[in-house]
Amino acid sequence: MSRAFTPKVVTANSLLEGDAVWLTEDDRWTKVMAEAELIEDEAHAQIRLLDAQARAGEVVGPYLADAREGENGPEPVHFREEFRTRGPSNYAHGKQVERA
Amino acid sequence: MYQYSDFDEAFVRTRVAQFRGQVERRIDGSLTEDEFKPLRLMNGLYLQLHAYMLRVAIPYGTLNARQMRQLAMIAERWDKGYGHFTTRQNIQYNWPELRHVPDILDALADVEMHAIQTSGNTIRNVTADHFAGAAADEIDDPRPYAELLRQWSTDHPEFQFLPRKFKIAVTGAEHDRAVTRAHDIGLRMVRRGGETGFEVIVGGGLGRTPMIGKVLRDFLPVEDLLPYCEAIVSVWNLLGRRDNKYKARIKITVHEHGVDEISRLVEERFETVKAAFDGTAMDLLEGIRAQFAPPALPPRGTGAYDAARDADPVFRAWADTNLTPHRAAGHAIVSISLKKHGATPGDASAEQMRVIAELAERYGHDEIRISHEQNVILPHVALDDLPQVHAALKAADLATANIGLVSDIIACPGMDYCALATARSIPIAQEIAERFEALKIEHEVGPLKIKISGCINACGHHHVGHIGILGLDRGGVETYQITLGGSGAEDATIGEKTGRGFGAEEITGAIERIVFAYLDLRQGREETFLDAYRRVGAAPFKAALYAADEDAKKDRADAA
Repeated sequence: MSRAFTPKVVTANSLLEGDAVWLTEDDRWTKVMAEAELIEDEAHAQIRLLDAQARAGEVVGPYLADAREGENGPEPVHFREEFRTRGPSNYAHGKQVERA
Repeated sequence: MYQYSDFDEAFVRTRVAQFRGQVERRIDGSLTEDEFKPLRLMNGLYLQLHAYMLRVAIPYGTLNARQMRQLAMIAERWDKGYGHFTTRQNIQYNWPELRHVPDILDALADVEMHAIQTSGNTIRNVTADHFAGAAADEIDDPRPYAELLRQWSTDHPEFQFLPRKFKIAVTGAEHDRAVTRAHDIGLRMVRRGGETGFEVIVGGGLGRTPMIGKVLRDFLPVEDLLPYCEAIVSVWNLLGRRDNKYKARIKITVHEHGVDEISRLVEERFETVKAAFDGTAMDLLEGIRAQFAPPALPPRGTGAYDAARDADPVFRAWADTNLTPHRAAGHAIVSISLKKHGATPGDASAEQMRVIAELAERYGHDEIRISHEQNVILPHVALDDLPQVHAALKAADLATANIGLVSDIIACPGMDYCALATARSIPIAQEIAERFEALKIEHEVGPLKIKISGCINACGHHHVGHIGILGLDRGGVETYQITLGGSGAEDATIGEKTGRGFGAEEITGAIERIVFAYLDLRQGREETFLDAYRRVGAAPFKAALYAADEDAKKDRADAA
């Protein structure tokens, strides 16, 4: 029996600023992970990754990251992805202040 | 210090212009990321978790005040107002935008600095003893040789696509403050008869396969330095494994072929290469050496210093911890701690950089050094000026009296910034430092080097920490593995793993148990942690670390 597919989001770093971005269902790159498209089908995930890779003028290094449905949208599963939604822990820099 | 020649200036400016064009072409789509990435890495530009990161070379850790002010300006204008000094004596900016990087590189060129070969499979920034030119135990200033190596290795046509990165460290002192035994090439100045030369150590390195370097030549005459280094890199360039990046460093090549075979090949190659070095390099060295002439340090009294020691216990505590004897009477080497308890190891704000620049100019003959231990050094300060220096440092939050103590922790950026990291380092360093500050025992504990890496690549030198901490991802949880008994000094040793790792919430308590175990078993204050560890071995420390595990095991056995 094949393993259950863990839902995914497409994420990358923006070309100009280098910050973490996620792909939305309507093909935007958002700085807020909760706005990302949560992909629950493996084949669709691969197609969305191809779509992202074709946008090399906007982002660098797109990849599929595990995610789960949260109250306000997709949430990270792994701590590394969680840090990417927030910024470093030693200063109030990055997304944690941009959002505030 | 070294002043750029017209050639250096033209070379650096040309590289900036080239990179400006490359950035423009990446942004307009003419270059793909695959094409652009090796170009940006050659110029020190990484892409990390939250932003780009620019690593700027500080050759052999030497800066002047003008350069430090420029680093402050860059931090404010194009970053978030601070910089991070690294374990390779460089500075990293964590938030530059791609479009601004060519402007930053131009601003660096304005003060004879660059980011060339701070990344990629090239010969990296040559590091040196941070007390060079001032230390009492020095045979010769290593920096002219480091500068010669910098000039030789920069844009060396044969060595731009090496199997992997290549790091060289040089020391001119008895006591090894440059971790030469954990470098691809380590150079230790030695004397034989009346002649000065180098002990050449090869194949040291940390990372996933830590190894202590082996002596390839016990005495290399100065005039053979460049051809011999060229022979080493050239042999490795052909022999080094390109099939597996984890087996590519020269330490693996030396391990696989044996030091005797490597020595044979290097000597053979050296005979061929040597002919191409006609003595021009030695003429160049003389010119370089003149630029590193030590400052005149006329004798000064010590009245003001003695009075401050008597009157101010805070000054005395700082002087006892942060000063190192200078070779010139009436002077000291000042270590400025970038490890305030709870702060990020190695970080300095733009304002702090300016204070350091000001002090260097006023009291320190315009000389600043960055140590691989992520602190800043003023190498030549008169004892009588120290009360003013201390007061200025105190006002800038730079007077923490903890050099060489528990809270003077090396920590890599870890997963707060680094894309390769498997766990965070900085919060662990902050918590340990704050714990020991709260306990008020670090002066009682004495010399103890804690080094933390956030992944197996070991930028935080954890293998050579008296206590090393390695952050790993174990099943999606940040986990910290401890090693004990490492040393990066002349008695270089790789630390031994203690056993199971600890969660982020457990690791500070674990370190505390180790330190208290040491205090219980040491034979007096003069027996340092490392000496005590070498005397008694790991067992008592493991017992202190895992006592709770043993109790739990016993409880389970009793219940069964």
